[in-house]
Amino acid sequence: MKISSVEDLKKIREKASVLLSPREEGDKQDSSACCGLEKGTAHMQILTCGGTGCKASQSHLIAENFKKLIAEHKLESKLEVITTGCFGFCEKGPIVKIIPDNTFYTQVKPDDVEEIFTEHILGGRRVEKLLYADPKTNKFVSDSKHMDFYRKQVRIALRNCGMIDPENIEEYIARDGYFALASCLLDRTPEAVVEEIKKSGLRGRGGGGFPTGMKWEIAAKNKADEKYVVCNADEGDPGAFMDRSIMEGDPHSIVEAMEICGYATGASNGLVYIRAEYPLAVERLKIAIKQARERGLLGKNVLGTDFSFDIDIRYGAGAFVCGEETALIHSMEGKRGEPTLKPPFPAESGYNGKPTNVNNVETFANIPIIITKGADWFASIGSEKSKGTKVFALAGKINNVGLIEVPMGTTLREVIFDIGGGIKGGKKFKAVQTGGPSGGCLTEKHLDTPIDFDTLTAAGSMMGSGGMIVMDEDNCMVSVARFYLDFIVEESCGKCTPCRIGNKRMYEILDKITSGNGTVEDLNKLKTLAGVIKDTALCGLGQTSPNPVLSTLNNFYDEYLEHVKDKKCRAKECKSLLTYLINPEKCVGCHLCAINCPADAIEGSPRKPHVILFSKCIKCGMCMSRCKFKAISVR
Amino acid sequence: MAEKLSCSIVDKIKAICDKFDNKPGELINILHEAQHTLGYLPMEVQAIIAEKLGIPVNRVYGVVTFYAFFTMTPKGKHPISICMGTACYVRGSEKILDEFKRTLGIEVGETTADGKFSLDCLRCVGACGLAPVAMVGDKVFGHLQLSDVKRIVKEFSED
Repeated sequence: MKISSVEDLKKIREKASVLLSPREEGDKQDSSACCGLEKGTAHMQILTCGGTGCKASQSHLIAENFKKLIAEHKLESKLEVITTGCFGFCEKGPIVKIIPDNTFYTQVKPDDVEEIFTEHILGGRRVEKLLYADPKTNKFVSDSKHMDFYRKQVRIALRNCGMIDPENIEEYIARDGYFALASCLLDRTPEAVVEEIKKSGLRGRGGGGFPTGMKWEIAAKNKADEKYVVCNADEGDPGAFMDRSIMEGDPHSIVEAMEICGYATGASNGLVYIRAEYPLAVERLKIAIKQARERGLLGKNVLGTDFSFDIDIRYGAGAFVCGEETALIHSMEGKRGEPTLKPPFPAESGYNGKPTNVNNVETFANIPIIITKGADWFASIGSEKSKGTKVFALAGKINNVGLIEVPMGTTLREVIFDIGGGIKGGKKFKAVQTGGPSGGCLTEKHLDTPIDFDTLTAAGSMMGSGGMIVMDEDNCMVSVARFYLDFIVEESCGKCTPCRIGNKRMYEILDKITSGNGTVEDLNKLKTLAGVIKDTALCGLGQTSPNPVLSTLNNFYDEYLEHVKDKKCRAKECKSLLTYLINPEKCVGCHLCAINCPADAIEGSPRKPHVILFSKCIKCGMCMSRCKFKAISVR
Repeated sequence: MAEKLSCSIVDKIKAICDKFDNKPGELINILHEAQHTLGYLPMEVQAIIAEKLGIPVNRVYGVVTFYAFFTMTPKGKHPISICMGTACYVRGSEKILDEFKRTLGIEVGETTADGKFSLDCLRCVGACGLAPVAMVGDKVFGHLQLSDVKRIVKEFSED
């Protein structure tokens, strides 16, 4: 059915709300009682996570198994299986959520489905072993709203992820989807839309933090016969996956926001530049575009007005630098993704030389709700200069790996220790890396810093797209710096000399230090080189590339000194500085280490203590990982 | 690299170019599809595409070598990719990579002599909760330990 008025939208919203409201209610009401068909519950829904992370753990088979059982029991009219986007709690995936009692099952395997079905769905008894156990109280928590992981979160950009079926436009409409677009097209002038976004204080979520409303205003003012709206979905920061999750879990919000942007800036062409490595996000986006077109919500004369807008998809091919606006535009034109000097800014001369407005996925995901709920509502959330929320991909040595969304101004401590549940294995917190390869490492002393664009930059890191990698005492900060430089060397486009050659030299020095051949003089060289690259590189990638080195030098100088002076790596990560030893008192001579040693570097007679031959040892750590008697140590 | 392409492959590549109206702006999309069809992008294929789009072959070559996704060498029957995203790195993916290199006897970017395995690094599968992660074909292996490597290789050696 074509949708040609707000009335049509309202009809669909009313119809789909029947399915949606139990899910929304579940997040608000008390849900301690468990439902079941035998207890008289009339209708139940089974939500399974269909995000990439959970799919890697076979969540699609979970949904299939439920569907099989439902068919066997002929319960199609009473039960519904819905594949949603990412719930965010990836550490505990795959997730299965049962509605209406809001039970949140964790680490579900396809084989567990039968038990959930008989016990819970039919019998109305929760399967305790699959519930989340609070690590502090050891008590089972069945409802996600009572988990520390969710309690401090405010989900705006992720509002529909884990809530709706991303492949069903009606469920999106039931969540007020496309009403923002309708309100813009029917009741507001383009200038009023720009003004609303400006007033909201929304800043670009891709990393730069440029005010979105201002960007739109510039693009709107440039007159041209053709203009473009580009969604930057080239999420290149390794360890960040928020854009992918939004596209997988709520693709219609991107379609709607791009249309609103097109209306506000006077563009009728939309392009999504997406990584080819994200097949599921591409698929979901394609479905959303197709559905929106069929319903008359995208294409010619949207909602019966004279506004026309269509969206096309362009694929990235694995180049970090393409996250930079000008490089991205060249890549969309089928060229090498090399950045060019600004000005001219894309808003003046972008794709095919036409005014182009580029925004990131998460930025777009905020747009429809700002229009619906108003700029004042949005501006009331967050810190003084950074409004709203930010999504972070929390990963590394942390208990609760996952996707989280918190108001700007939340402290790092709250994110890492309250939401993230602290450091894995009771180890000591050492550093948190934000901003990806362009960011820096923050330490203990920064933990109470409220997170926003400006405080992170002041602390020597940056917001970036929202990767947040936590490191513990076993991570060597010199190695981490070398890791990022390795990334930069590989990803540098090679156009400007400071980035192409400077970073390569920095990498070589870091490699020398981690190999045990560094000198104090090298540390000074690193500092000088980093300064030169920062000042002279052409684009954002080059100018920020020394950040991981500078921030680790600033915050962990003693660790660098240990590497060059004492030839020691306290985290025991730099292979060349390590020695593996067998403790003769603990070794029982089981020979397991010798069997597994790939270098034949372990000798010893049966039932007698063994020894490692240093000349042959390649320091792979296999022996230590295999020893059952903890007889092998590393120094 | 001087192998001759069969007529059917040449036709397929030409058909892909036609599908995109032989527009130079569609070069990356064309390369994606050509690689999807052939598995890799040898010089001969690049030459055909350049001719069809009416652009110099060095521009095609420039694009192929610029982007990590495109490859000029055929992959193994079971392409192995180790995630070297930051989340996996801090959870020890470098050691896992070393163990794969040693077990297979090849370096990153190479293919075993029997054509069964090729080894690559990739940047973030997005399954950071499972770190460290490796992919063999489309299959994801998570929470990897050194001792898992031999088992995984063995599992795929048999077919």
